[in-house]
Amino acid sequence: MSNLQMPKVDNVIMSKKDKIATDLRGIINSKNVLSNPDELRPFETDGLTAYRQMPLLVVMPETVEEVSQILKYCNENKVKVVPRGAGTGLSGGSMPLEDCVLMAMGKFNKIIEIDYENRCVVTQPCVTNLAITHAVQDKGFYYAPDPSSQIACSIGGNVAENSGGVHSLKYGATTNNLLGIQVVLMDGTVTKFGGKTMDAEGYDFLGLMTGSEGLLGVITEVTVKILKSPEVVKAALVGFPSIEDAGNCVAEIIAEGCIPAGMEIMDKALTKATNDYSKAGYPTDAEAMMIVEFDGTEHEVEAYIQKTKEIAEKNNSSSLKISKSNEERLKFWAGRKAAFPACGVLAPDYMCMDGSIPRGKLAEVLNEISRLSKKYNLPVANAFHAGDGNLHPLIMFDANDKESLRKCEEFGADILKYCVKVGGALTGEHGVGIEKRELMCEAFNDKDIQQQLTIKVALDPNSLLNPGKVYPILRKCAEEGRVHVHGGKTKFPDIPRF
Amino acid sequence: MSMEEKQNSQTSLDFNQNIFKPSSREEIVEIVKHCYNKNIPLEINGLKSKNKIGRNFQSEKTLDLSDYKGIIDYKPEELYIKVKAATPLKEIMEELNKNNQQLAFEPNDFGYLFSGESNSGTIGGVVSCNFAGSRRFKVGSVRDHILGFQGINGKGETIKSGGTVVKNVTGYDLSKLISGSFGTLTILTELSIKVLPKPETSKTLIIKNPHLKKALDFLGKALSSSTDPSGGVFYPDYFGKDFVLNDLTHDGGLTAIRIEGPTNSVDQRANRLSKELGLLDQELSILDNEQSNIFWSRTKNLEVFKSLKSNLLRIVLPVSETLQVIQKLKSYDIKYFVDWGGSLIWAVFETLNAKILSDIKDIVKKHQGYITLIKIEDDLKASADIFTIDPIKYKISEKIKRSFDPKRIFNPGKMYTGI
Repeated sequence: MSNLQMPKVDNVIMSKKDKIATDLRGIINSKNVLSNPDELRPFETDGLTAYRQMPLLVVMPETVEEVSQILKYCNENKVKVVPRGAGTGLSGGSMPLEDCVLMAMGKFNKIIEIDYENRCVVTQPCVTNLAITHAVQDKGFYYAPDPSSQIACSIGGNVAENSGGVHSLKYGATTNNLLGIQVVLMDGTVTKFGGKTMDAEGYDFLGLMTGSEGLLGVITEVTVKILKSPEVVKAALVGFPSIEDAGNCVAEIIAEGCIPAGMEIMDKALTKATNDYSKAGYPTDAEAMMIVEFDGTEHEVEAYIQKTKEIAEKNNSSSLKISKSNEERLKFWAGRKAAFPACGVLAPDYMCMDGSIPRGKLAEVLNEISRLSKKYNLPVANAFHAGDGNLHPLIMFDANDKESLRKCEEFGADILKYCVKVGGALTGEHGVGIEKRELMCEAFNDKDIQQQLTIKVALDPNSLLNPGKVYPILRKCAEEGRVHVHGGKTKFPDIPRF
Repeated sequence: MSMEEKQNSQTSLDFNQNIFKPSSREEIVEIVKHCYNKNIPLEINGLKSKNKIGRNFQSEKTLDLSDYKGIIDYKPEELYIKVKAATPLKEIMEELNKNNQQLAFEPNDFGYLFSGESNSGTIGGVVSCNFAGSRRFKVGSVRDHILGFQGINGKGETIKSGGTVVKNVTGYDLSKLISGSFGTLTILTELSIKVLPKPETSKTLIIKNPHLKKALDFLGKALSSSTDPSGGVFYPDYFGKDFVLNDLTHDGGLTAIRIEGPTNSVDQRANRLSKELGLLDQELSILDNEQSNIFWSRTKNLEVFKSLKSNLLRIVLPVSETLQVIQKLKSYDIKYFVDWGGSLIWAVFETLNAKILSDIKDIVKKHQGYITLIKIEDDLKASADIFTIDPIKYKISEKIKRSFDPKRIFNPGKMYTGI
């Protein structure tokens, strides 16, 4: 990968490794402070595996009080801290620094309270996203945001990244489903933002913390709202002879007032690859394929499916299948969710981008990606949360060929810049992390970034909490890396992605 | 000539006037820079529909933004509208209505309360107060619909955050932070807001019932059912009788539950819900689309408090605590109604003084809720805390305030002393 500049290593801290370890062992159970290289190795990277860095030490606190004391100690001794949940993030948000204490929150893995009367769950941050739904589904409830890695990703990490998912079109991202958090600030202050009420009074710190990528505080408790599971869920699988037709269909469904639970598009390359891989029964001759899902009561779903059918036909759909059973619906999704491993078959390496665009610009952006694909001579496959304009192009390349890698990086940066140019955003749900840090100036000017940095400094004056993430260090638009997968091997190859 | 004089000489603005009424962003920037340099505190106003909410504070000058209005960009198919911040809400609603769209968070119209007639204010004011209407539990608050903004910070710098797309995690989500900040962090200049299609039909089940406990039971069951309601209120007898509607076959206390969506689905869900709640025909009225909309519009407008003299409090609680809190509050002379399916209480106190206020705050705090004083008498207002904050959050709030407005020139003290 390209050279990644991280904050300057503090050699004084490096030289005091043993003392810091001893001090930390005085704060928490000594077996929860890891210091030898074999123990540190598993923490050297997160879901963005192209970047690796061993931390100075790893601490695994067990109580809020311990988190507070560790942060206080690190703050007083000017030691950098990088918080980490399940380590599934795709933008390098929890990649360690050489001179940092990595705070692994894995021991905060219990659900604290299930409160059906107030329709919420209070949980520790390292409980997985899916475990929340599992805990309440017997009573017919679920937690709505569903990042594809939900089997492994932690709810605390979801808060830090403001994770989305297929269903965020209808139900919103993490920020819209969160009621409260307990947070420890870098100086050790423990506080709660929100709770079981809606809209806590005063400045919306809950909103500020959500998606702040671990730069403002360490989350130690999360309260999420739970929803009653919909009675009926149905999906339609629609093929189109062109990307334009698919794009127009998406725009028209939304404009007609139907808000699907999820609406996904894949281009021909990805449709074929995923169908070969998972035998999902996709229309492989179509130039674009759409999966659209509705949930609600029976009449409601029927009404929307009928409307979708009319709109699809009007937009030249070449095939249309409606799920007759839940099994069939899940089969529709199986291919889509296997997009990562399916691409692993096609090329030695690929990078997953995460841009957001206005829905109406879909065809234009895909045409541009196709033009760039020719320019850089690298194949690309596209998946798209079409309903909310979140695009995931997968650029295929060979990491062993330096020129191929360089071209891939340039290609990726060009795509994201184009997303911004058409009125979109650099990242829809993966976060900025280290991956898109240097592209921030495409979206923001110096004043915008300075305002954000001022907030950071207000809460963490020494810039010790997760430094080097989100905001450009170089302060110029360098073109850096994206989610990089070698030989189809991600850190957790079995976890569905994006 | 100093920098500042040089700057002043370039503009036609008269800095000696007490009320600034800018019509361009450049003028707002110049005013703020001037006030920043001279340490002049500003009271920021739009249409003044809600400016009485919040603490009284000293400001040398007023910034009247009501001329800074207009729709910049409305893309119905992209589900957003971008407007200048002082655009009247009414104008936005009318524009959205042309495309059968709406702001799903149905913001309260405080005009009836403060001036006896409708004044829904500006969108900037709505965002700055973050008071959402009855759909809150289903669609989120005002803040959940703000996609991005442009504003001027306390140094006169133009800043932005977010954009016009729904999914965007680029940098801190400052749109949330400015929502509900009562104009103390930035002067909003542009807002991009998510819009949604209007539901095809709205129906409301009105259950004849004067009892709070039973009402909360109905609301709890309804909100936990898969019939997906979008509104749930309880009006006791004294307010229920104010609702005279053709299809409303009874008067007095009522529980109302709204179901919205495609027509056939609404019918199906409304039937199902009335069965799930075990309702008998004689205790149930069903409002069709038009009357349902009138009912919820009156609720949103707080019309039962029209021209109310004083002492309106807004109390937000976990729904499990509402019954106990209201029972405790009944030892004072109160009139109230419940919104948000049981989580929001609007309560009028016949008498209110510092002692009572402190007691009520204790009760609500004990039950994990909070109180905002919406309309109280001037002498009490001078001494009372309109909003409540603990020392840790105060400290954090102070830091955040300074990061936007280092010299405290925007609405200083409107939320808290020293902020």
